[in-house]
Amino acid sequence: MAEIRIDYYPTHEFEGIKFRRGHTLPFGATMVPNGVNFSVYSSAAISCTLVLFERGEAQPYAEIPFPDEFKIGDVYCMTVFDLDYERLEYGYRMDGPFKPEEGYRFDKNVILSDPYAKVLSGRETWRADPNWDDVYPYRSRLAFEDFDWENDHPLETPIEDLTIYEMHVKGFTSHPSSEVKNAGTFSGIRNKIPYFKSLGVNCIELMPIYEFDEWENSRKNPETGELLVNYWGYSTVNFFSPKAGYAATGKFGMQVDELKTLIKELHKNGIEVFLDVVFNHTAEGDHRGHTISFRGIDNKTYYMLTPEGYYFNFSGTGNTLNCNHPVVRNMVLDCLRYWASDYHIDGFRFDLAAILGRAQDGSPLSNPPLLESLAYDPILAKCKLIAEAWDAGGLYQVGSFPAYGRWAEWNGKYRDAVRKFLKGEPGMIGEMSQRIQGSPDMYSSRGPTASINFVACHDGFTLKDMFTYNEKHNEANGEDNNDGANDNNSWNCGVEGETDDVAINFLRHKQIKNALSLLMVSQGVPMILMGDEMGQTQRGNNNTYCQDTEWNWLNWSLLKSNPDLFNFAQQIIRFRKAHPVLRSATHFRHYDYADSGIPDISFHGTQAWRPDWAETSRVLGFMLCGSHAKAGTIRDETIYVAMNMYWEPLNFELPNLADGTNWYVFANTDMANSEDIHAVGEEHLLENQSAFFVGSRSIVILVAK
Amino acid sequence: MEFKITSEIVDSVAKLTLTGELDSLSARVFQKEIEKVALQSPTALVLDLEHLAFMSSAGLRVLVFSKQKMGVGLTIYIVKPQEPIIDTLEKTGLHHSVNIVDVYPPVAS
Repeated sequence: MAEIRIDYYPTHEFEGIKFRRGHTLPFGATMVPNGVNFSVYSSAAISCTLVLFERGEAQPYAEIPFPDEFKIGDVYCMTVFDLDYERLEYGYRMDGPFKPEEGYRFDKNVILSDPYAKVLSGRETWRADPNWDDVYPYRSRLAFEDFDWENDHPLETPIEDLTIYEMHVKGFTSHPSSEVKNAGTFSGIRNKIPYFKSLGVNCIELMPIYEFDEWENSRKNPETGELLVNYWGYSTVNFFSPKAGYAATGKFGMQVDELKTLIKELHKNGIEVFLDVVFNHTAEGDHRGHTISFRGIDNKTYYMLTPEGYYFNFSGTGNTLNCNHPVVRNMVLDCLRYWASDYHIDGFRFDLAAILGRAQDGSPLSNPPLLESLAYDPILAKCKLIAEAWDAGGLYQVGSFPAYGRWAEWNGKYRDAVRKFLKGEPGMIGEMSQRIQGSPDMYSSRGPTASINFVACHDGFTLKDMFTYNEKHNEANGEDNNDGANDNNSWNCGVEGETDDVAINFLRHKQIKNALSLLMVSQGVPMILMGDEMGQTQRGNNNTYCQDTEWNWLNWSLLKSNPDLFNFAQQIIRFRKAHPVLRSATHFRHYDYADSGIPDISFHGTQAWRPDWAETSRVLGFMLCGSHAKAGTIRDETIYVAMNMYWEPLNFELPNLADGTNWYVFANTDMANSEDIHAVGEEHLLENQSAFFVGSRSIVILVAK
Repeated sequence: MEFKITSEIVDSVAKLTLTGELDSLSARVFQKEIEKVALQSPTALVLDLEHLAFMSSAGLRVLVFSKQKMGVGLTIYIVKPQEPIIDTLEKTGLHHSVNIVDVYPPVAS
């Protein structure tokens, strides 16, 4: 043990506990020589008390009021000595006015979590019955900093080279078919790293892992009577703490180590880790909600309030975090810096990010300081920043999100266009030509890497369900099927729900392969939803936020029942990886600047070089010139893609290859198993080099070599 | 069960035998013992855990501390740990930093 520093000596004592004036920064609880420094901000409290618990005890063992002289500005700070770092749980009581109409909701009877706590206890084991009578249910704890990262650091893979896999920590291995030790945890994911390698994805995006309370949902499943839960976790209790219930070691308080171990192992395997972060609201709900932390510490600072003192609800969940208040802005920045530096996180996806661009009165800002701060932050400089560029208050900024040259977006327009195109809707050819190019119509100055392309995500139908259901079937959510989106652009291929009809099932598989193909041959950054590579179904539920059931648990036995889907996904991801011409960081220029005789991209129809842009057209071909790969810096093979979403087969005249190469078939989604796709390098030479008969609702991919 | 620890250093190998339960209080005793043997700069640290029934997170932290205190050149052997302890070492990734063996010195295979 290091000697106690001569300048770190107690000056005060309260009921036998020694302490001294603390440091104002950093906020939170920080281990210092022989003690812990506590620092917490409140602009309107009239007093603050530090509450100390022995781990798991019902009542605190000490409550130390901050002496008046320990308050600097609006910050209470104190260093307390001789605390047991391992067994300490702490919180605060804040005294002040309770005048909701003026925005104040102080209540000194409530023990409050530290907004900057790095570990939270109270929900250590997923769905373990909590103690509902606990005087302090979400207890702040200390985190240790001794994790052995070895040589690890964030991977900094160029974003255009990523294939993102969106997944839920618990859902990935909760199904019995996962056959892993420590199912439903960070440790369980670690056991499945070989699967990611086998599939070929090089980035996983974890749905929320900030501490949340799975018990906050009070509805019941009307069909079974079972209590529903908050399964997805888009309801943050604390922004700095990983969800303990997602760690097999949560009950030992080792969730930080377990998560870091997962990240380190993923990095060793070349896989980046993104977090889905929810800074638009908290778990405290509206005026009827519980006081956990922010509301009791500084309601007016942390939340956007109406002039009457109610909560603005741009998030659709009761409250809205006041992100562009300078104090809250700094908290968000501190939080992301912490995850980037202490957890080596590679990127962040911001839930309902349009809210982050709203002023304190809710109006959209033209130059939102938070988004600008994040874009230019030195610690986040290499982190990918991805916005879900809309909110529940009607602000839709896809294509216009304030980007500062840094932000990418979930491209909702890509999703909608591809779905309509695959359904066979008319009038989609012009838009599809933009979407497969990385949406230059939306991101002309930002490049294709601004576009995170996806066809399905956690919100909405899975790919399988998109071609199995015309309508959502959310009755089990207990909201009379009123929740979830209605504009799914889905098509059941003839029968609503599961069927034994061989032709319909073949078509459904073909449509999934079509969707995967489009994703992987589009410029931009593809994202796949967990399970879509094997035909996961949610039985038509398009909003499974509350279902801790098989609908949300990846059914690994689908690998055996749908081997064609998994094989197709594997090969098409490898194809993208093998061909830099599919992963450009800059937009196409539409002319030949590499002296190859053909432009970087060209469009075609059933006749070569003559695309059919008509309203009634449902066909489009495009050719990517290999000599123009990565803006002409790399030589790749030329690729031609024929897309026929018409309900009859059509003959596509193929562009002539003047350089002596021949067309080879890589994929043809109209073919039955094993002929639908080939391994990279094992493509089949095309007999007829001048035309290809493309099946109905099918995609064909050719390479020239 | 009460925590007990004994240590000896022979030929630059520090051997510590831990029995009982290693919780947050006894972890301090463990840490002090590690600090004591670290003064001799051993090349190997052998922890006999055959009769250790429980190891808390504080105990695991002392293992990390041992590695960091004595440098990467130190090889740590954990002899005959019980199943729950192996499990926790694996979940937190610490099994990569140590060698889990049945006997020390390990028998060549």
